[in-house]
Amino acid sequence: MTKFFLTASAAAIALAASAGYAAARDQIQVAGSSTVLPYAKIVAENFGETFTNFKTPVVESGGSGAGIKEFCKGVGENTIDIANSSRKIKDDEVKSCVDAGVKDIQEVKIGYDGIVFATDLNGPDWALVPEDVYKALAAQIVVDGKLVNNPNTKWNQVNPNLPDWDIAAYIPGEKHGTREVFEEKLLAEGCKSSGALEAIKAAGQDDKAAAKTCVAVRKDGKAVDIDGDYTETLARIASNKTGVGVFGLSFYENNADKLKVATVEGIVPSTETIAKGEYPVSRPLYFYVKKAHLGVVPGLKEYVDFFLDDQMVGPESPLADYGLVAAPEGERKEQREAFNAGKTM
Amino acid sequence: MTDISMDTVAGAVPRPRRDIGLKRRYAAERRFRIYGMLAISVGLIFLAIMLFSIVSKGYTAFWQTTVSLPINFDEKILDPDNKRATDPSVLISANYPKLAENALVAKLGINPDDKVTIRKLKGFLSDGARTQLRDVVAADPSVIGTTRNVDILAAANLDSAFKGQIDLNVDEARRKVSDQQVIWMKQLTTDGSMAERFNTGLFTFGASSRPETSGMGVAIIGSFYMMVIVLLLALPIGVAASIYLEEFAKKGRLTDLIEVNINNLAAVPSIVFGLLGLSVFINFLGLPRSAAFVGGLVLTLMTLPTIIIATRAALAAVPPSIRSAALGLGASKMQMVFQHILPLAAPGILTGTIIGLARALGETAPLLLIGMVAFVANYPTTPFEPATALPVQIYMWANEAERAFVERMSGAIIILLIFLMAMNITAIVLRRRFERRW
Repeated sequence: MTKFFLTASAAAIALAASAGYAAARDQIQVAGSSTVLPYAKIVAENFGETFTNFKTPVVESGGSGAGIKEFCKGVGENTIDIANSSRKIKDDEVKSCVDAGVKDIQEVKIGYDGIVFATDLNGPDWALVPEDVYKALAAQIVVDGKLVNNPNTKWNQVNPNLPDWDIAAYIPGEKHGTREVFEEKLLAEGCKSSGALEAIKAAGQDDKAAAKTCVAVRKDGKAVDIDGDYTETLARIASNKTGVGVFGLSFYENNADKLKVATVEGIVPSTETIAKGEYPVSRPLYFYVKKAHLGVVPGLKEYVDFFLDDQMVGPESPLADYGLVAAPEGERKEQREAFNAGKTM
Repeated sequence: MTDISMDTVAGAVPRPRRDIGLKRRYAAERRFRIYGMLAISVGLIFLAIMLFSIVSKGYTAFWQTTVSLPINFDEKILDPDNKRATDPSVLISANYPKLAENALVAKLGINPDDKVTIRKLKGFLSDGARTQLRDVVAADPSVIGTTRNVDILAAANLDSAFKGQIDLNVDEARRKVSDQQVIWMKQLTTDGSMAERFNTGLFTFGASSRPETSGMGVAIIGSFYMMVIVLLLALPIGVAASIYLEEFAKKGRLTDLIEVNINNLAAVPSIVFGLLGLSVFINFLGLPRSAAFVGGLVLTLMTLPTIIIATRAALAAVPPSIRSAALGLGASKMQMVFQHILPLAAPGILTGTIIGLARALGETAPLLLIGMVAFVANYPTTPFEPATALPVQIYMWANEAERAFVERMSGAIIILLIFLMAMNITAIVLRRRFERRW
């Protein structure tokens, strides 16, 4: 028995050594944002079904930052071809890419995504403005011109029009790409519009410190960071009927029989209001293509073309059905042309 | 005897019985037994709750709603210009969903010109019908022009509604199944063409964005590859290392140090092995990402300490008399080990190996970093192609928004638990049958 295992493991090790010189990869590899993941999966699946001569691309999740980091590891067989991202690539990330030899990056914007506030289906209607969110969830707010630890415990203390519920908000954790939108479009905005930003600056903080103070979330348990996915947020709302959760628009639409959505600045979130730019809490979604891999990894160019086709990202497409907000027609055309022209960053 | 002699020594005067705390000690023992029973019942209750919640959510995943439809493989739709003899790609890109739609329209008795009503059929049948019908034609092109009964999968939302997982009392606009579709669903259920059938797809399909066409096929293959690799690498390396450490190495500071390190490694969080795998196997050795082979190597590293510890314990449990007897009869040290010690220690080694494998089978964290937590739709033909693993599939489904993935996730957990149970039972049976007590 031992002899058999020894031979077999010797064979396995030999196999491992030869794998270093394995044949060229024939499958596109994609990694990145978990928000883009469902869309990328739909496209990958349809791509594999339409182009039977190419394999279905492999799509990893793991977050925008992790995806871009893998993307920037370098050029070659064992690096990924596309990084999905729910935010624009940062300058220092581009720099680390260039340092590793990934010189030509093509940016593709696929559409928009909105984040929504939702409560239990049987609760009252909610109408929020960024100022309410800031006053309810920020770590420090300005009361009578002075910066104090957030004293609010009920929503109707924040805004008399809101219900008499204890503040319990389930918001995306700090590693989520969504968190950035939440901070930028709600907390920072609310901080500014409530005049708190001025007061904080007047109290002696410089611009950078003041911006940081604005988006700091209270840590006394009233705002709960959800590091998992929206399923967890949904479970929290199910167990705490007076909780308020933050969801992606598509997740909300898939679970509209359990959740009631809040308006922000009087606008009901929907694909239409986001596409028109009326609903304030939305963001563009991107993916980044390694130009050096085009023409090397079979099907990569076809995949990107297929992704950008109106059949996939148009207003009447499987991605739109799932919740992606299609970019306006002109913008979609621009993306296609920019990609085909080989425009790099 | 001692009592009697003591009594005689004490003489005729009966001494009062010494208080040896008998009552107190019995009470303490009773209390301890109750604590023990409580501890076990708490454990059992939690196990029961866990199993109940998984099974009650997951058993429905083993059945899938399908609609049996007489599909007319109409030549006019599939190959309107009759070019398939010269251009095979016609049959690949043909409008297969139209076939299913036509069959459904006829079955439901809808006027074929009533476009408004037909539009409401959107989302009734699975989009997987395209590949399903294409496969039928690819397998037997002579089917074109004839009519054949095909079980088409219902779309996931309809499947959930059929199983009663969507609350049909809420407002129509708030749910994914329209009132009209519910009426059609009931119509098809009464005439028997819509029914739940055993979900073989759960075991054979790869990953998919549509719940009804997603399955664990790729994950099962990936896990299988990894288990084979772990077994082939970890068992011989682990056994060889422990034999050397236990039987040949001089006991000293160095072996102590090695032992401490092995015990430490067994307790290292598994994600650390993933990091190691990423930097050594993928970045340095240039092995492919997402491949089951790299996953197997990482899990081998993770399982090795467990196997070494179990093997060393098994070797140490073989009584020294066996060693002395073998050596006394003139066996060399190596003959002693391989002909006498190892066979006697084998049940213990196998038990440890199987338990190590079971742990490796349930591991997700180290696979995250080497790219195996991924959407993989194609079957891997070799361990060097992208694959996923059973627990990874569970994790991926847990992140999905659609209702139908919840039952699939629980169904997948049931499958994983069955695999784990089978492995652990094998370990127990092996130990019972072959273990020798000294």
